Amino acid sequence: MTLALTENHIIGASVPRKEGRDKVTGRARYVDDMSLPEMIYGATVRSNIPRGTIRKISFGSGIAWGEFVIVSAKDIPGRNCIALILDDQPCLADGVVNHPEEPILLLAHPDQHLLRKAVDAVSIEYDEMPALLTMEESERQTEIIWGTDNVFKSYLVEKGEADSIWEGATHIIEGEYFTGAQEQLYIENNGVIASFNSEAGVTVWGSLQCPYYVNKAMMVLFGLPEEQIRVVQMETGGAFGGKEEYPSMIAGHAALLAMKSGRPVKIIYDRAEDMVATTKRHPSRTRHRTAVDANGKILGGEIEFVLDGGAYATLSSVVLSRGTIHAGGPYYWPSVRIRAKAVATNAPPHGAFRGFGAPQSLFAMERHMDRIAQVVGVTPVEIRKRNFLKPGMTTTTEQAVREQIDLCHLLDRALELSRYQEKRERFEISNKNEKLRKGMGIAAFLHGAGFTGSGERYLSSVVGVEGLADGSVRVLVSSTEFGQGTNTVLCQVAAEELGIPYENISIAQPDTTTVPNSGPTVASRTAMIVGKLVQSAARGVKQTLVASGLLSATYTPEQFSAACQNCVSARGPLRSYSRYDAPPGVFWDDAKYRGEAYAAFAWAVYIAEVTVDPATYSVTVDDFVALQEIGKVLHPLLAEGQITGGVAQAIGFALYEKVVWRDGRMSNNQMTNYIMPTSVDLPPIRVFFEEMGNVHGAYGAKGIGELPMDGPAPAIINAVEDATGMRFVSIPLLPEDIYRAAVARQT
Amino acid sequence: MSASGETTGAQKIHLTVNGEVVSVRAYPMERLLDVLRHELGLNGVKEGCGEGECGSCAVLMNGELVNSCLVPIAQASGVQVTTIEGLAKDGRLHPLQESFLACGGAQCGICTPGMILAAVHLLDRCPRPTLEQIKEGLSGNLCRCTGYMQILEAVSRVARENLPR
Repeated sequence: MTLALTENHIIGASVPRKEGRDKVTGRARYVDDMSLPEMIYGATVRSNIPRGTIRKISFGSGIAWGEFVIVSAKDIPGRNCIALILDDQPCLADGVVNHPEEPILLLAHPDQHLLRKAVDAVSIEYDEMPALLTMEESERQTEIIWGTDNVFKSYLVEKGEADSIWEGATHIIEGEYFTGAQEQLYIENNGVIASFNSEAGVTVWGSLQCPYYVNKAMMVLFGLPEEQIRVVQMETGGAFGGKEEYPSMIAGHAALLAMKSGRPVKIIYDRAEDMVATTKRHPSRTRHRTAVDANGKILGGEIEFVLDGGAYATLSSVVLSRGTIHAGGPYYWPSVRIRAKAVATNAPPHGAFRGFGAPQSLFAMERHMDRIAQVVGVTPVEIRKRNFLKPGMTTTTEQAVREQIDLCHLLDRALELSRYQEKRERFEISNKNEKLRKGMGIAAFLHGAGFTGSGERYLSSVVGVEGLADGSVRVLVSSTEFGQGTNTVLCQVAAEELGIPYENISIAQPDTTTVPNSGPTVASRTAMIVGKLVQSAARGVKQTLVASGLLSATYTPEQFSAACQNCVSARGPLRSYSRYDAPPGVFWDDAKYRGEAYAAFAWAVYIAEVTVDPATYSVTVDDFVALQEIGKVLHPLLAEGQITGGVAQAIGFALYEKVVWRDGRMSNNQMTNYIMPTSVDLPPIRVFFEEMGNVHGAYGAKGIGELPMDGPAPAIINAVEDATGMRFVSIPLLPEDIYRAAVARQT
Repeated sequence: MSASGETTGAQKIHLTVNGEVVSVRAYPMERLLDVLRHELGLNGVKEGCGEGECGSCAVLMNGELVNSCLVPIAQASGVQVTTIEGLAKDGRLHPLQESFLACGGAQCGICTPGMILAAVHLLDRCPRPTLEQIKEGLSGNLCRCTGYMQILEAVSRVARENLPR
């Protein structure tokens, strides 16, 4: 099914990526490509223990310390914190360290080589304290390292009569599932340049997702008003959530050094520092206890969802929220009780990463569905069909499904596209006779677009569209481009709304002195929420021109351009702004965690085909079908690129990417020993869309960016079980894990 | 090469970059990557890992694909280097650059210069590669955005349509 938007429409067409030409010619300017007069370099001295108090800092011999700018917590003019939600994370440790690689001192010097030697020459003595290195240690509370109970945040979702379901159940099925930390591994490391002067205040240029997050953090750190902070996003070489909150930290460091030295300061992490010190995906543990009837229908259940937040609260409460709401998957639960918490450990804080809690809880749900199917004695297909949400039913937070979704149809189509039945029958025979074991696995899932619950209302995003003196139009947003296509899609929306060529629309470089706060570029919200605001701001420009008599109600692009020029030359700037309004009838109860969690969900069924080699215990994904319903596809090429990229990243999450922890510190912080998929490691990733209108988003678009991170891991591990009969509950699943399980099975 | 009495250890090194002979003063163990970026302003050469794993700093050196983070400048004396800046001629994009644009091969763009140079290198050796050969040819260049599918298509398209390279 394709929504009817025919020829001559810019929406739905794969127009050229706005900044594409600069990217293929090497002209795109990333922060490390920028230099300022008198600029020097900054570096960070970090803790090498997980927990303790700082006894003494010594500056070793052989370094001309007088040439260096040195900043400690004492130099912070405002509050020593990275302002975000709870403001508990210091910008620089002041006497106490709570995780390895915690920033303690900052150094700056014109010579990067000397700088590196100087960092090594600083030695710090500690009085060590016992550290909590796992979720289980944190839950036992042998030490209290955060608050009164080591818990950053907890949620309780209750629907129906969760206590009375067990008696009537034919089966009670339990399971426990684990996911590991994952590094975002954008290819451009984190970096910023900052300058300071007493009049203009702080200016930051950086590789970042959320200019206004950095803006707010600098206001608090320096005690300066908004007018004295300027944040500019440079071209950003990948982010995936890894440049959501952490850039505030590096920006703060560079700006403190700039203030003390009186010169612009550049800090660019190298790969090892980026991997060891910055945020990763939260490790998780999910327990399911599910009551089902004889036919496999879910009667109700209990879900316990726990995230390892690391040493400071940062974004954990929000990641936990999304994971909690997605924990029930795309299924109907007459009753359910979900208890969720994020706990503190002495590891660097875990943070935003594409999917934001949902890949963790959905991995558990989709592995558990296969388990339920086995116990009940039906197929993985049948168990899902019997439990899918249907229009009119309610989710675990009692949000009514208003969209006319048909998940059975979606599943059937995915089965057909992957030739699931035929292959399964074939593999059943070949697995008995041949050495290589093959299997098929399914995952069905959903992903909510935009901020959770009342989030979008609090954000109250603003977008501007501006008619320029040359007759062209410019989009003003703080929404950032980091590969996903923000620039292109928002310009498409404006062009479509104004009925003028895509080439006549540009988008401003995100700079907090020139663009309004359209909210952070996260949560798959840009096309749907910001896109809608661009549409309405563009309409405002048109209406102003018509109302002023410069343009008739119907016009050609040339007439629009002339009207725009006339308006600007006669009256000055022509800008229209639009602010977010919550759709009517949206209800969310923050206390009870009940109501409309998201304005829209995207729905998907993914199917993986795998081969397991019993000699090497390696898993190869041979084919991958990704079928999703995401509302209107605004730009088919970009949409497909989002899905293939997300699936690849999730294959890494499932099979390759293991963070090895030693005393709270990542010990394999190199690309040589933290393995992400290369071009030879991936199957054909075959992407298919179903389109269904969504009233909320721009031209019916829903969120898409995070969705493909959710399904591949459970689909693959389900396929591994189908191939081998071995039940794995933990990812990443490496060959050595399969080997160990195979040995254990034989003995 | 001689230090010609310099106390700093920096040397004068000649090489040809994108068709132009240039001379730079550099320490012998300085990375080609840094010389290209800092001395010659060729910022299309990107650093991703600094240890030869990711390929974003890849350039062509005498026609071979090398990771410029692993090449000491002393080894680059007298060589011919091609960077992404040297591919477009008279403002006209190289067919691979066009194809990356048309097929969605560039997302965040940071791996793109190295990836395109790896593709140039591949098609120079093997004008009609199979899909497996393309995957192999690009396997030293990591991309975190695309899942490679649209990159593979971009390279296939140039080979398939036998566009002049």
